[in-house]
This record gives sequence, C-alpha cells and structure tokens, in this order.
Amino acid sequence: MISLELTEELKQSRTNMHNLARDLFRPIARKYDIEEHTYPKELDILRPPKPKKDSSEAEKKPVEVKEVKKDKKPAGPKYDNLIGVLSVEELCWGDLGLMLTFPGMGLGNAAISAVGTPEQKIKFGSRWAAMAITEPEAGSDSAAVQTTAVLDGDEWVINGEKIFVTSADRSEIVVVWANIEPSAGKAGIKSFIVEKGTPGFKLEHLEHKLGIRASDTGTFVLKDCRVPRENLLGSAEVKKKQSFAGVMQTFDNTRPTVAAMALGVARAAMEFTKEKIEESGMQLDYANSGYNMSSIHKEFYRMESNLEAMRLLIWQAASMADAGIRNSLQASMCKAKAGKAGTEIVQKCCEILGPLGYTYKNLAEKWMRDVKITDIFEGTGQIQHLIVARQLMKLSSKDLK
Amino acid sequence: MFSLEMSKEQKMIKDEVAKLVKNIVTENAADMEEKREIPPDAVQKAWELGASVSMVPEKMGGFGLEDSPITTAIILEELAYGDLSFAVLATLPSLIISPLINMGTESQKSKYLPLFCEEKFNPCTLAINEPHFGFEPENLKTVVEEKNGSYQLNGSKCFVPMAAQASHILVAASLEGTGNLFIIAKDNPGMKISELEENTGLRSLPTYEITFENCEIPFEDRLGETSGCDYEMFLQKTRIGMSAIGTGVSRASFEFAMNYSKDRQQFGEPIVHRQSVAFMIAEMGYEVEAMRLMTWKAASRLEAGKDAKREAYLAKLYAGEQTMKVVDYGVQLLGGHGYTKEYPVERYYRNGRGIGIIEGLATV
Repeated sequence: MISLELTEELKQSRTNMHNLARDLFRPIARKYDIEEHTYPKELDILRPPKPKKDSSEAEKKPVEVKEVKKDKKPAGPKYDNLIGVLSVEELCWGDLGLMLTFPGMGLGNAAISAVGTPEQKIKFGSRWAAMAITEPEAGSDSAAVQTTAVLDGDEWVINGEKIFVTSADRSEIVVVWANIEPSAGKAGIKSFIVEKGTPGFKLEHLEHKLGIRASDTGTFVLKDCRVPRENLLGSAEVKKKQSFAGVMQTFDNTRPTVAAMALGVARAAMEFTKEKIEESGMQLDYANSGYNMSSIHKEFYRMESNLEAMRLLIWQAASMADAGIRNSLQASMCKAKAGKAGTEIVQKCCEILGPLGYTYKNLAEKWMRDVKITDIFEGTGQIQHLIVARQLMKLSSKDLK
Repeated sequence: MFSLEMSKEQKMIKDEVAKLVKNIVTENAADMEEKREIPPDAVQKAWELGASVSMVPEKMGGFGLEDSPITTAIILEELAYGDLSFAVLATLPSLIISPLINMGTESQKSKYLPLFCEEKFNPCTLAINEPHFGFEPENLKTVVEEKNGSYQLNGSKCFVPMAAQASHILVAASLEGTGNLFIIAKDNPGMKISELEENTGLRSLPTYEITFENCEIPFEDRLGETSGCDYEMFLQKTRIGMSAIGTGVSRASFEFAMNYSKDRQQFGEPIVHRQSVAFMIAEMGYEVEAMRLMTWKAASRLEAGKDAKREAYLAKLYAGEQTMKVVDYGVQLLGGHGYTKEYPVERYYRNGRGIGIIEGLATV
C-alpha cells in the first residue's frame, strides 16, 4: 500500500542525525571553510574505535554513513537506504564539507565493504579509505583510466596520476583504480588498496576549491609504487564484458546519497531564507494565489516545490533499493534533478537574501559554493541526464553518446 | 509505514481504468475534440467502474467503500493520460458527490446522493472558476447574502462542465468573506447559462459560463447548512486532483514524444541519438515522476488523517508549472509535426495549459 508518511523509527533516526549536525557541524562550518586543509579535530569523536588486534569485531564495523544506526530491529520492512538518505540530508543541512570528511567513512570504505574479501575487510575495513578514480584524462569517462598495474612477482607495480581524491590527506589507505590489461580496455580496470607511506605513492598537492573546503581533495602520483598481490580488491580475472558494468552498478547506491547532499544544503539555505522573509513580516502560509503575493513569495514557493520534488525522487530511489528493486533509472533521476534544482535553489536564496547572501557573516554564500559540487561529482548533471535518457529508451552508450 | 508500492486492489483498479482508456479514449480523443462530444456510451462505461460513487453509502446508491485519496489520484492520472476532457467528464458527478459525502448534513445526503448515484450517468457539476482577471478560489467574487428568508447569489462562473445538461450545480461562493458551497437546481430562475464556451483546451467537454442574478437559494441548500463546509479541505482535494490530472496529461505527452523521437530519423539516425533531444526526454521523465510523487505525498497525508494544506498547495503549483514544461517539450520534440493536429501533442499542449489555471476540477 502506498504511504509516504515516515515511520516513528525513521523520524527518530532523522532527529538523531539532525541533532548531531546542529551541535557538531554547524558551529564549526565557517571555521573550516576559511581554514581550508586544516583537519577538523572536533570530528575525532566520530572516529570508530580502533579494533583491538585479533578481534573479529573489525568485520562488522560500520563503514558507511547509512549504517551508522545501530538498531536491533525485528523483522518488518527494511529501511536501510531510506535511513541513509534521511541521515545524509540532515548531516548536509549541518555542513556538506564536514560530512564528506566524516572520519573513517570514505568512499574507499564503501568499496572495500562491497567487494573486499573477508581478509581484506579485516585488515583494512576499519581504516579510513579514500577512493582514487579520476585522472586528468579520465573524468566522467572513468573507463579511460590510464594508470596501470603490472604484476611483478608477488607485487603489483602501479604507475599513474590520480586527481580529485576526497580525503586524500586524512585517509589512511587509498583504493586506486588501475588497468591490469590495457589491451582489454575497461574490462582490465581493477582497484587496489594502497597504504599511505608506500614508496612511490606521493600526495602531490591539495586543491583550493570553490566550496566543500572542510573536505580535503588531492592529487596522488604513483611511480613504480609496489603493493602486495593480495591488495587487489575482488578478482584479478579479466572478464571481457560485465566486470566494468558491475563496477559502475555500485554507483546506483551512491547517487541517491549525493542527491540527498544537495537536498540537505538546499534545505538549509531555504530555512535561513524563510526565517529572514518572516522576520520582515511576510507570511508564508500556502494560502495565496499568484495575484496577491510578492515575487519573493512566489520564488519561495517555487523553490519549496522543487525541494519537495527532489526529496521525493530521492526517497523513491532509496525505497526501491530497500525493497530490493533495481533502481538505476530512479537513482540517476534523483541525482539529475537534485544537482540541478539544489544548485538553482541556493543561488536563488542568495539573490533573495541580497547582501545577506553575499557576506561571510552567515552561511548562505558558503552553501551556494558548497552545493555546486553535487551537480558535478559522482557523475555530472549532464552524465545523469544521459543515463536517464538511455535507461528510459533502452539505448546503449554507443547509440546515445 | 513508508512504501511506494500499490496495493493489489490499487493495481487492479489502475489496470481496469488503463484498459478502459486504451480501448475507448486514446484512439478517439482527436475525433471527440473535432465533434466536441464524448460519446455517452464511453462515459457510461467509465461511470460503471464506479469510482465516483464508491464511497457513497450503499443505501444511497454507492458501494460504501472507504475514501482513499491515493486511489483517487491513481484513477485520475490514468483517465487524464487518455484525455483531459474525458477525465473530467467521467468523474464529473464526484465533484458534487464527494463534497456532499464529506461535508453535507444527513438530510442533504439522503436528499441528493440517491439522485446522483443511479445506474445511468447523471450529469451534475461544480462551478468554481470565475471569468475575470485575478480569479482566486480563496477569494471569490461570486457572493451570497442573506435576504428575505433565503440566500441570494450574485456573480458569474466559467468553465462549468455540462452546465446545460446537469440537473444540479454545486456553486462556490463567498458568504461573509468565507468560501461556501451551494447546491442549485437547473431550473432555478436566478441562474442563466450562456452559450457553449470556446476554450483552448478541454474542447470535447462542453463547458459553459453561468451568471447569477439575485439567485435565490433555500437555506437548506448551503452545504453543511448553518455550519457551512470545510472549504479549505475542499480546496486541498481539488488541488491534489488537479495534480494527478496534470501528471496524466504530462505522461501522455512524454511517452508519445519519447517514442516518436526514437523512430524519427534525421541525418541518418534517430533524433534521440542527439543529446539535446535525449536530455529533454530525461527531464520530462523525471518531472512526471516528481509530479506523481508530490501528488501521492499530499494524498498520503489526507489518507493518514492529516492536514495537507502545504503539500496540496506545492503539488498543484508544481504540477501546473511542470505540466506546461512537459507538454511544451512534447510539441518541440515533434517539431513542425508537433504543431499540427496530426499528432496528439498539439492537444496535450492546449490541455496542459489548463492545469495551472483551472481550479476545482477533480475531487473524486
């Protein structure tokens, strides 16, 4: 039966995240926007406790934001993905940059937990893992990675350059994408765990960015970097067709999460804008028609309806994942909509706020810079639209380039 | 409970309505517009599905089922996917039945409901829109005053479907500054029905302008009698209904334009191989989803017994804007062909404009 009302359990987990975002993230949001590249030590309390050696606890360590909640819930509908997007919305309402640098919860951790062997999970699961995919010549076209890995005895020798790596400095290990058989094209792409301090593995520089400055983003150069054979994630077998598609499929799960980031930031901006509108004496009570409202009212309602559209598309994608229904189309739909609408909403909020939307005295201008990333990373808005169109029309990437 | 999956019953109803639409509406919509008439047997078939009378108590001619705003939204979307005019006509009696059930007094219900719930489709309708600049359903210019032992109604209404054929019209008017609904019988001498309207859309549905001049209404025909009705709730329901209808019209345009773009060859390949075309289709696709979800969200609140003022307002606003965008893209994607009556996107464009303009249709 259709119902879009959140259960008490869902509301509770949302409230918990909201409180964390309000009490921990908000107060330091501006500080780390200004002190780019400084590690927010306040986040240390979020670090998962280090496992005692020879304890098997490492195995069930939470590695993703969506798994933060610890309920021993009875059988019933599963809401893991829904809880995930609700949590991300709240955390990003607090601060997107800080959420991205949540200790121990790198994208690499998600990869290890998804495809790592039990040994890899034990050895690396509890260490903060960044993910290195993008290269100067391989952005949206991640199949074009030029970094290579060649087996030499019991070690892989990796050469290449990786850019835009989130938590490059703060992470302890990095999951690096490299091709083990360039002649096989994208089927040869595999991922490797590279530990910090490995000879030939160098953090070259950190980016100075438009927004999400609390999160460090860096470039790695790998020069004859040797990692143990067993650091290859998953299977070393080069399968001609499916393997890369399989890799890309894992992004189905992350797109609603990124969309929820846009939602959280946009909502923060709207709440602040609403506060200012109401302080000025205008009422936003959903009672007026276009003939007796100001352009401010009208813009606000339009933004709010778009915010609601974003949210429900995200909930739809998450809810399908919870029900075990394939959601590639809906995952891309929500990311396409949220990246675009989220960015537009915050830009418009700053316009409505006027000087208040341009000053460092509050966070609105920062949100406008921060939110922009959500239409870029994990697949740009254009790529999402491409995927949506292909899926809707069952076209291949050859037909619709 | 959070779920986006239809119940078995909802799926069945959806399929049933979709089948009806496919069999008797889709192919004939252009012809109906041309002749400016929806064949009575088509309407009768939709009537027999019983959507409009399902929640009327059995003793008054209905099925006595529970009111489900979500099921209503599902039905309206399917009907409007076939044709906007058909969707309105097929559910027309519900525009008076639904407010009566929810807000009428017992004596009003037993007096009127049996009349509207007969086996044969009996047109009865609703008048809310007004033919002047600045029309707002919350702030009506049609006014009722108490005079000489009855109410007196003055003002005019437009877009009243089947006004000339209806036995009764439910009229929205302002009484002491608040919205109220009044039941008026067709032979009331204070009501004048004008010629058939000419509008850009809704063309297979006969609509009329009506004027009221010192039109006398007995006290007992004010919905809810002395306590009046919950006009705000009435507006919420009509807004959700219009959003559902907008979703249906948009989906029709989206699907047609998408399939056309896959077939249409230019420069030696389907035009959809161009990103500029594909991106428009992607946008249409997710906006249709978003419209539906917003409609369901608002309906879901009503179904849970909560107020949906905000959600209904936002859903209607969004559906009005996005429907226009989607039907515009529909015409654009077909290019010159989309501008002709050879293809239905031309009609969707005209009909789609109504979603953001017309208030108060669709309250099954």
